[in-house]
Parts: sequence; structure tokens; C-alpha cells
Amino acid sequence: MIPSGFEYHRPNSVQEAVALLAQLGEEARPLAGGHSLIPVMKTRLSAPEHLIDLAGVSGLKGIRQEPGHIVIGAMTTQYEISGSPLLAETLPILRETSLQIGDPQIRYLGTLGGNVANGDPGNDMPAVMMCLDAEYQLVGQSGQRGVRARDFYLGAYDTARQNGEILTEIRIPVPPRGHGYAYEKLKRKVGDYAVAAAAVILTMTNGKCTMASIGLTNVADTPLWAEAAAQALIGTGLDHAAIANAAAAAETITDPAADGRGPAEYRTKMAGMMVRRAIARAKSRAQN
Amino acid sequence: MNDMTPTQAERTGKLEGLGCRRKRTEDIRFTQGRGNYVDDLKLPGMLFGDFVRSSHPHARIKSIDTSKALALPGVKAVLTAADLKPLKLHYMPTLAGDVAAVLADDKVLFQNQEIAFVVAEDRYIAADATELVEVEYEALPVVVDPFQAMAPDAPVLREDIKDKMDGAHGPRKHPNHIFNWQVGDKQGTDAVFDTAEVTTKDLFVYHRTHPSPLETCQCVASMDKIKGELTVWGTFQAPHVIRTVVSILSGIAEHKVHVIAPDIGGGFGNKVGVYPGYVCAIVASIVLGVPVKWVEDRMENLSTTSFARDYHMTTELAATKDGKILAMRIHVLADHGAFDACADPSRWPAGFMNICTGSYDIPVAHLEVDGVYTNKASGGVAYRCSFRVTEAVYSIERAIEVLAHKLGMDSVDLRMKNFIKAEQFPYHSALGWEYDSGNYHVAMQKAMDAVGYPALRAEQKTRQEAFRRGETRQLLGIGVSFFTEIVGAGPSRNCDILGVGMFDSAEIRIHPTGSIVARMGTKSQGQGHETTYAQIIATELGIPADDITVEEGNTDTAPYGLGTYGSRSTPVAGAATAMAARKIRAKAQMIAAHLLEVSEYDVEWDIDRFKVKGLPEKFKTMKEIAWAAYNNLPPGMEPGLEAVNYYDPPNMTYPFGAYFCVMDIDVDTGVAKTRRFYALDDCGTRINPMIIEGQVHGGLTEAFAVAMGQEITYDAQGNVMGASFMDFFLPTAVETPKWETDFTVTPSPHHPIGAKGVGESPHVGGVPCFSNAVNDAFAFLEAGHIPMPHHAWRLWKVADGLGLHA
Repeated sequence: MIPSGFEYHRPNSVQEAVALLAQLGEEARPLAGGHSLIPVMKTRLSAPEHLIDLAGVSGLKGIRQEPGHIVIGAMTTQYEISGSPLLAETLPILRETSLQIGDPQIRYLGTLGGNVANGDPGNDMPAVMMCLDAEYQLVGQSGQRGVRARDFYLGAYDTARQNGEILTEIRIPVPPRGHGYAYEKLKRKVGDYAVAAAAVILTMTNGKCTMASIGLTNVADTPLWAEAAAQALIGTGLDHAAIANAAAAAETITDPAADGRGPAEYRTKMAGMMVRRAIARAKSRAQN
Repeated sequence: MNDMTPTQAERTGKLEGLGCRRKRTEDIRFTQGRGNYVDDLKLPGMLFGDFVRSSHPHARIKSIDTSKALALPGVKAVLTAADLKPLKLHYMPTLAGDVAAVLADDKVLFQNQEIAFVVAEDRYIAADATELVEVEYEALPVVVDPFQAMAPDAPVLREDIKDKMDGAHGPRKHPNHIFNWQVGDKQGTDAVFDTAEVTTKDLFVYHRTHPSPLETCQCVASMDKIKGELTVWGTFQAPHVIRTVVSILSGIAEHKVHVIAPDIGGGFGNKVGVYPGYVCAIVASIVLGVPVKWVEDRMENLSTTSFARDYHMTTELAATKDGKILAMRIHVLADHGAFDACADPSRWPAGFMNICTGSYDIPVAHLEVDGVYTNKASGGVAYRCSFRVTEAVYSIERAIEVLAHKLGMDSVDLRMKNFIKAEQFPYHSALGWEYDSGNYHVAMQKAMDAVGYPALRAEQKTRQEAFRRGETRQLLGIGVSFFTEIVGAGPSRNCDILGVGMFDSAEIRIHPTGSIVARMGTKSQGQGHETTYAQIIATELGIPADDITVEEGNTDTAPYGLGTYGSRSTPVAGAATAMAARKIRAKAQMIAAHLLEVSEYDVEWDIDRFKVKGLPEKFKTMKEIAWAAYNNLPPGMEPGLEAVNYYDPPNMTYPFGAYFCVMDIDVDTGVAKTRRFYALDDCGTRINPMIIEGQVHGGLTEAFAVAMGQEITYDAQGNVMGASFMDFFLPTAVETPKWETDFTVTPSPHHPIGAKGVGESPHVGGVPCFSNAVNDAFAFLEAGHIPMPHHAWRLWKVADGLGLHA
């Protein structure tokens, strides 16, 4: 519970932060809300020599609307996401998800950027971002690039972010007005990672599902985009059989670890169960 | 007399004495962050200690190289067993008559065992230095499963005592065997079982868990080499016992050892024992001559200092076809880990497990307990219960449910049929206890009426039918438990700690202006002693509770006591408090008579004063008497107004209660939701109903935690799993059910104010109630006994095994 020594840096701009990262190399880690990094430092599972605190970097906070997109700054906190009227109207699944992360104290500090960038499969927002087909903006010394959330996660704590890059903002295509959505999370207690969780968005037209997307949390080394599961819903009335097919398809792509949350078999089945429940709830919310 | 004269009720109310819902006086500082805990203590020149701990659960230590750590700037010392050996401190005695390693000598016996103690200028350097100590291990085969511990080919764990086949509690059958303890009539019990119409037999495993107080174990040791005096501030539930132990171990005379327990952030049994951290901090301070602080972190607390339970109880009942219980037989395999460090009274190797006949009139019984060593942390403390009482009550209350199911009888009816009857008290149980008082039928009926028991069973029947028809995926469980605790240890004829009888004490001193300072031998860890002891004194002496300061924990000022655990503070120190107050009142009576110029037989006590019999307007208040005690006494009387009492209780007290739990279980996820929990407690006279309710809320919350998921587990290789709050289930307000409390009052006949103690009852009664609710939900599907803890995934597996996911 006592971290190793480290140098603390507090740059004022993205350029400055990126320059520090380049200069300090692999022993430097960007620090956002700190709710993943600080605990692993306290247990000495991680001992970075330099922390580059992004809290003072201007322009990394805020939620704005662009044509067809919502853009969220990486340092926007979970609390700010859950309280945003703009997100409540355009991307209500974000509010539903953020309210299931940690507890109020954690949500005051924990950021969206930190949640999606560090590659912890237990984090909730990555699967939601895959579900929504969000794009992450990464800035390094050589410039800026966008990476789709669906391409970002390579393994546990292993992402497409290069050393020297900082994730600055998240661009999310706004789903059609009247879409149904749900984030169903099974957890042991408040503040825990999911046993399994499922993010679903879908649209219904004349009683048929015309669009669907499903993301899964904490049932593999990475968050999962359950493409086939969503495909099983298209064109159906989201009847019992269609939902069962989607759940079964979702279960097949899981590869969870056995841990205190339960054996792998259970967590796979719970992924399916969360998919079922999320679809049912999303359906009940969708305008037809 | 005029209209302004306060009425008797007003005078009583002003005292805020017995029965008053008085707000806790200590909360003023706690809620403002002004508590004074061990880690708040900062002394000039203070150093910090940290442990090098074993990565192996069982290994020989080939070598320890401390040179790199010692070379780190800021490191002052690194202690190993080699340093402690010349002082004979590499092992320390345990309360259970065993010895425990302070620092591992030759080999380690559990993961995270203490190997070396680093002392440095600050906490960070100490932590850095622990990583620089190089330990070379030779791994040895591991014993994790207690059922394998006594196998003929099991690896010998305790080489230090392998030839000592006569243990503290009799002969040992195997090098990994600690004791065999038997109570009751074996032949008579066996004979009943041989011919009984109905018998049950189940293995009830009460899993290993941990008291997990929010404040971990910690201390500051400060040796004053000029005065030759040692002061130790620490998280001690029993500070005087610590002082005696420290004196014996260190050789420093007891009057030169000052032990101080400041505010404590929860104990629950975790802070009764002596831990290597205390010993090492003391040794380091003696060696270095400066204060040394040691503060455990969360993982150290959960994985090294005193676990609870780990009892494997094969429980049998014999009964007639119509449900009269005839006999009980239990064999317990007790996993004590690497050392026998149970915190029980010396002569009770399995605590008061022989309370296992519960609230029932069972004519004959036999209990046998075998303790074994395994490669796990040592302990076996009473986590929010009297010694092994939760284990005992869990065993009987599960067995009752199993028997009722087998008989096709409602379990409440079975309990009612077998309860000890009110007229049987004092009741002598088959396993040797004398229950002081009880009225079980009345308590159970009141609880049944409160929850609407028949309607609940009807609802359950409807639900089961709907479930079978596929209309719902939710099962309904109704949990019942009825418990009898045994607390207030205890009479010195059969209870001692390291030879010191388990009395307790109170000293009360009334100042000339009529305010009071009182000191006890107990130590609150959150129980609210400063509030409740003052209420006892207020009623006994007629001084408002607000004018009474209660102090505990400083062994220089408080009278010797055995500390706070096993719900003993109210039964023992609370009794001492009342008795000391009565000594003062007897003297006050003589002073009052002197002031009123009448015979002491002509005055009588009236709330806050002595008045002349028949002349209520002629009186002297206690406040007036206090002043007179310092300037106007009867001729020849010693001045002052104070008293001390050391109370050796004539018996234990036996609180009891009836609990009901209503639970919905989602068979598709295994998630259980407690819809309702009702707890009726009878703790005798109620000193402060609000504190009682708070105690019940806390105890039930810990019961909920333990029953529904709180555990310390080890993998097959002996690695301790889940020793952090990520995995160790500490429920928050969100998970915790809403608690309904209720009560009956059956005073203890032998306690001066009739109080019995309550802090642990809700835990003792709560755990089986939750477990019974889970088991009850599945019972109609013939699931058999479902073991704790009832995690969602485990319940899902039960449902899966029953084919409910097909």
C-alpha cells in the first residue's frame, strides 16, 4: 500500500505533455483520474518513475456537439458525464453506464479518457464505446490520429495507443433519435468490476429491429464487440428466440477468467444473461 | 414546594440514565474527524517498521541477506529471527498455550508470514527496503485442506514441536494435530442415536473469514532508556493483558510498562491477540532507543492477523417421528492454521462451542473437536461473537432446519416443540452450561406475529407453484433462526487469560462539585462505552450522565481488566460499574443522614437524592453530598467519595433472540435479495435502546457479509486469495438490507442491573438466518444442505445442478 518513489509532472498543454512523454520514455505514465493507476502503484504492481498529471492540461475537458457526433474530452469525469443534459438527450447509455462505475467519490475523479485508455478489461466504458463505434483521438509528437474503439483493444492493458501518445478526446456518432439502449451490469457490490456486463443499442421500425450493436465488459482479456450477436437481432421483432440467439452468440465469443466473481462458466452464462436483459430493456425503451 | 419543583419524571429524565436513548457522546469527536487513533500519533524521532513477508506458504528458509536493505539510506535496522533468538523472542506464547513465530525461524508456514522487520526513517523507505531483503527458499509440500492434515503421509508443519506430543490441551495424535477436546456423554449419546426413529447427519462448513476492522492493527512503541520505561500505544481490545504479556516477554517490570489504547476503529476480535508487529516494534524501540511505529496495511490485516471460523462441523440430531429431539452429536475439525493462536479463555480450546445444543432442551449430547495445523495464517478468533458461539449456533440452527425438512414439519413448530421452557430456568444443558434466564416461546411468538409468518409461508407456496409452472424465475426463501448466546466471560473459576481470571473492573471518583470521572478495565472499539457506562452510573448515583466522564484504555489510570470482546463489557465491567456506584451510594447515605441529622436508616434513595422517610421535602441531593464528602463528614469517616470494584461474575449471561429473513433469489443469476429482515433481541435490561439498535444493525450487517460472500480462501498451492477489499466482501449501504429491530426483556437474575450484553447477538443469530433463508428457498427442490458463503455464482451453480437452467 506504499508506492515506490516517482517524479510528478504537471504540464499545461497537450504539446507539453506529449513532449514530456517523449522525453521520459517508457518509464513515464500519463495520470488522469488515477483510479486504475494509483491502486496498482500502491501495491507496487506498477512502479512508473514519472507521472504526468493531465489535470492541468487545458482543453481536455468538456462535452460538445458536432454534426452527427458528440465529442467528449478525455479528462471529463464520470460525474460530468452522468450530469450532462446533452448526453442524457443524445447518448443516454453513457449516463446509465457512468452511474454504475464506482461510487460518487470515484465518479468525481475518474475520467472517461482514463477509463477507456488504460485497457483494463474490467472498465465499463470501453465496451460501450465499441457498441457505439466511437473513435479515440490520439496525439503524439508526430501528430494526431483517430483509432476506432473496435480496433483499439489488443489484450489486457494492451492497446493501440503508442508510447508517447495521449488520448485527448472521444468522438461518438449519435445514434438515431428514439433508439433503445441499456447497460446491464452484474456485480458483487458497489464499486466492483462487472461479473459480466452488456451494452446494447438498437432501433425498432414497424416492430422490427433495424439496427443493433452489442458490447461486452469483463468477460475476456479485452472488451468485446459482439457483432454476430447483434446481427442475430436485425430483422426480428426481438422475440424470445431472437434474444436467445443473440445471447448464445455473445456467449461463444467470451473467454473470461475464473476469479472471485465466479468460475469462467458462470461468467460466460452471465454475459449471455446480461445480453438478454439489456436487449429486453433496450427494446422497451425504443420508439417504434 | 411550588410549581417550579421538578417532578420525579423530570428529575429522572435529566439524568439520562438507564433506558434513555442518549446520543453517543464519543460521536461528537468521531463525526468531526477529531478521534485520536494510533496512526495519528507522531513522536519526535519516530521510526517506521515494515515486514518482509514470505512469498511461499511452506518453505525452508535457506538464507536471508539484509545487506542491501541496510545499505539503503534511511534504514536503521533490519531484524530477523537470528536477532530475536538471543532474546528468546523469535517465538511468542499464544493465548491458546501454543507458541507462534514472531519472525520465521528456519521455515515459513504460511504465505505472507513475517520474515524480517525493517526499521527506517520514513514509511516509504521502510517499504523500499523490504524489497531489498533477499530471502532464499526451498519450497516444501503444502497442507491446505484440514481433512488432509492428519494423513499418515502429510508433511510435518510444526518442526519446532514435532516431538512434543503432549500439547496444551492433552495428547496429540499426529504432528499436525493440536488437540482433541470432548464434552458430554458419548456412550449415552451413541445409545440414543442407535435406536432413534429419525436421525440427520450433515457436514456444515463454517468458512474462514476475517473480522476486518476498518482500522488495521498498529502500534507505537517508545522505550525511554533513561527511565527504563516502555510505553506502547496500540490497537488493543485488552490493554491490561497486553501490559502483562509485554512485561513477561520483555523482562521490564510491569509498573514500568505503560500500555495505552487510544480510540480504536473497530476490533471484532481482530485486536485481542499479540502480533509480531507489536513485538518487533517494541524490540526495535528497545534496541534503538527511539519510538517505532508499525501500521498494518489492508492486505496484511486480511492475510496475516487472526482470521475467524474455519470450522468443519459434522452435526447429527436424533429425534422421534413427531419431532422431539433426543440427542445431538457433533464432531468438529478445526483448522487453526500454522499456530494455535485462538483467542479463547485458556481452558477452552474450542471456546464455548459446547453451547451447540442451542435454545433446545436436548437431554443428551456429545461434542468432539480436533484442532489441526495447516499452511494458513493463524487465528481462530471470535469475530463479533463470544468464543466459537457463531459456529455453535450455525450448527444447531442449520441442523434444526434439516431435521424439520426430513420430518415434513415446519421448522418453527419444531423449535417451539423443543425450546427450553420458561419454567426450566436456570437450565442446565447437557453440555454443562447453566442458562441464566429466558422466555423463548414468547420471543418466537412475538417475532412470528410481527412478520406474519403464516402469510409468508402461504406466499412461498404460491411462488413455488408459479415457479414450477415457469411463471417466475424467483425463488422465495424464509429464513428463521433462534439463538442463545453465551457471553460475559467469565467466572474466574473456569475462565482465565494466561492465568489471569476474567473479572473486570470499574473505578468511580466523584469530585467535590458533583461531577464524576470513571475508569474501566474494558476498551471500547466503537461500542459506545463512554455513553452507556455513564448511564449506569447516572441511574445508580443520581448524577446526570453529561456530568460523567468515562475513560478506558490507559493502563496507568484504569483499573486492571480483561478487555472488550465476547460481549463481556456490559455483563462484567457494567456489573463492576454498578457495584462500585453502590459502594459510593452506601457512603453517601451515611453522609446524607449526617447532613440531615437523622439515622442512616431513616433516609431513603430517591432518583438523585436521599430524603428523610416520610418527609420528602427534607433531602440532600447527590451533588450536595459530594461537596460534603470533602468538608463535612460524619465523625471518623474517611474524606472523599470514590470506589473501585473488581467484579467476578457468578455466571455467564445468555442473551437470545428470534430472527426472520425473507429473501428472493434469481435462479438465472444466483443473485439473492433480502426483502425483509426482522431481529428480535432479548439482552435483558436495556441500557441505551439507541445503542442497542446500532449494535444490532452493525452485527446484522457483518452477518449478512459473512453469510453472503465474505471469505478468505486459499488455492491448492496455499496462496491466499482475495485479501483485499476488491474481493473480500465488505457490504456498503447499497447492498445492506434494511433492518427491523424489536425486543423482549428477560433480565439476567445474577447481574446487578439485569443486563446481558448485545453487541454480538445479531451476528450469531444473523448468519444462520441468512443461510437458512437461502437453504429454505431451494429446499422444496430437495437441494440438500447448501454451504456458505452464498455468493451469487455459488447459488447459480446450485440452481444449475438442480437443472433449473435447462
